[in-house]
Amino acid sequence: MRHFRWPLIGLLLGALSACGEEPASDSVRETGLAPDTIVSGYAFLTPETQSEQDDDFLNPANLWVDEGGKLFLSETGVSAACASCHGEGDMRLDGAATRYPTIDHASGELVNLEGRINLCRTRHQQADPLEYESEPLLSLTTYVASLSRGQAISTALSTDEQVFYEVGKTYFNTRRGQFNLSCRECHDLNWGKQLRGDTISQGHSNGFPAYRLEWQTLGSLHRRFRDCDAGIRAEPRTYGSADYLALELYLRVRAQGLPMETPAIRR
Amino acid sequence: MKPEQPSTDIDRRAFLVGGMGLAVASFLPLSTKAAPADMQAAVKELFGDRPLQEGGVTITIPPIAENGYSVPLTIDVDSPMTPEDYVKKIAVFSPRNPIPNLVQFTLGPRTGLARVSTRIRLAGTQKILVVAEMSDGTLKSAAAETMVTVAACIIG
Amino acid sequence: MAAIRISAMKTAKAGEIIELKALIRHKMETGFRRGSRGEAIPRDIITHFVCLYNGEAVFEADFFPSVAANPFLIFYTRATESGTLEFRWTDQHGTVSSQTANISVES
Repeated sequence: MRHFRWPLIGLLLGALSACGEEPASDSVRETGLAPDTIVSGYAFLTPETQSEQDDDFLNPANLWVDEGGKLFLSETGVSAACASCHGEGDMRLDGAATRYPTIDHASGELVNLEGRINLCRTRHQQADPLEYESEPLLSLTTYVASLSRGQAISTALSTDEQVFYEVGKTYFNTRRGQFNLSCRECHDLNWGKQLRGDTISQGHSNGFPAYRLEWQTLGSLHRRFRDCDAGIRAEPRTYGSADYLALELYLRVRAQGLPMETPAIRR
Repeated sequence: MKPEQPSTDIDRRAFLVGGMGLAVASFLPLSTKAAPADMQAAVKELFGDRPLQEGGVTITIPPIAENGYSVPLTIDVDSPMTPEDYVKKIAVFSPRNPIPNLVQFTLGPRTGLARVSTRIRLAGTQKILVVAEMSDGTLKSAAAETMVTVAACIIG
Repeated sequence: MAAIRISAMKTAKAGEIIELKALIRHKMETGFRRGSRGEAIPRDIITHFVCLYNGEAVFEADFFPSVAANPFLIFYTRATESGTLEFRWTDQHGTVSSQTANISVES
């Protein structure tokens, strides 16, 4: 079956490749989307799926929020629970997810929410880091991100972050894979158009980790990136890779302050 | 080659239909599909030869489902749900999924209201059949069609 | 992982029809899919769900592989007396899980 799918997707995506502009990232505006056109992936869902996301009971992503909330309260190995630091006061995590990815000042590295949770575990909780895309890390990340639901994603970019931002922007605008497509071809230049049964979205990150109907489960933004890369027949990067972290930072700024929707439902 | 693997001809047909932008199952790719005859056999197995009366059953399902993995479904059956007159069973059938039985519900007078909602998988565009068995043994039925769209990108 | 979200009113009037909701975490693996190496992924589904009101079944569901992953159900019952509502589900291996909610019924 795969044998015959290739020419099909090649035909459709090839049409996009042909009409795309040259990827001159220097001449592209800081983000490829006009601020007054920014819309969440929510806008591209059917009314039935939108109402499922809005229903705090029916939204299946809440199963992971529940589980993450339990893990947040429970002691980790020999150490204290997340909640023993972050349960109250200045270290509460409401709004924290809107600022990620960001620089970890101790190491100078770019970290996303998953990375920060693992740094907390190794530095403060004397616990092993959780495997990327494991159920406990997905649950904790989803729970912490859900504490910022409705808050605007930060567009702030520090001097230290600038270099990572440029890497992410380059990744977004660089054609790759057998279809020779960049993220930009679909999500900046052709969003709103039909591609088979789907309407192409703007490719925002504000719902992740998200419950994807296609996955029939909840997954991280990096899993989504890997699917996008596989979809254009490019080699997916590994979870937590430098490219994907930088891309995640670029998307944070590109979202222009869209509200966080985690736990969201996406196609 | 295992017997359940589809022939190249079927692949080619699926490819052509998909290329026209119409719905075609892209999941359950290596399975055999139930034929409408299988669905009739499943109805007969559960309810025997009793006639189906159309009407008295309302199906709420989106006319276009954006993903066949999760299609919201609500069923209402006209019934006072009293000890004398109630819905005993509601069964949902598919002419196209690998198994024609999708889900079945058992109700009684204590259920109070003959309405139930769930989410189902549909292997492509099809008209599902809902049969409600009343306490007097009569069968009410309704059918509803949903177009299942295919995703933009194929992974893997 | 056996996890469920249930929703039921804590208080109701006698005779009132109340809405009950359940969302169960389960992959509902169909048995028709194949993994990346072509190997068949075995079926793993919930096969039965029942809601018991003070021990008496008021609603039951039989699941087949076409029930979506992380199945949810909305159904109803008539509030008759105070007590417990037990949501009980069984997978194909015979493992039974359940969770209960209390309901207080005023006449």
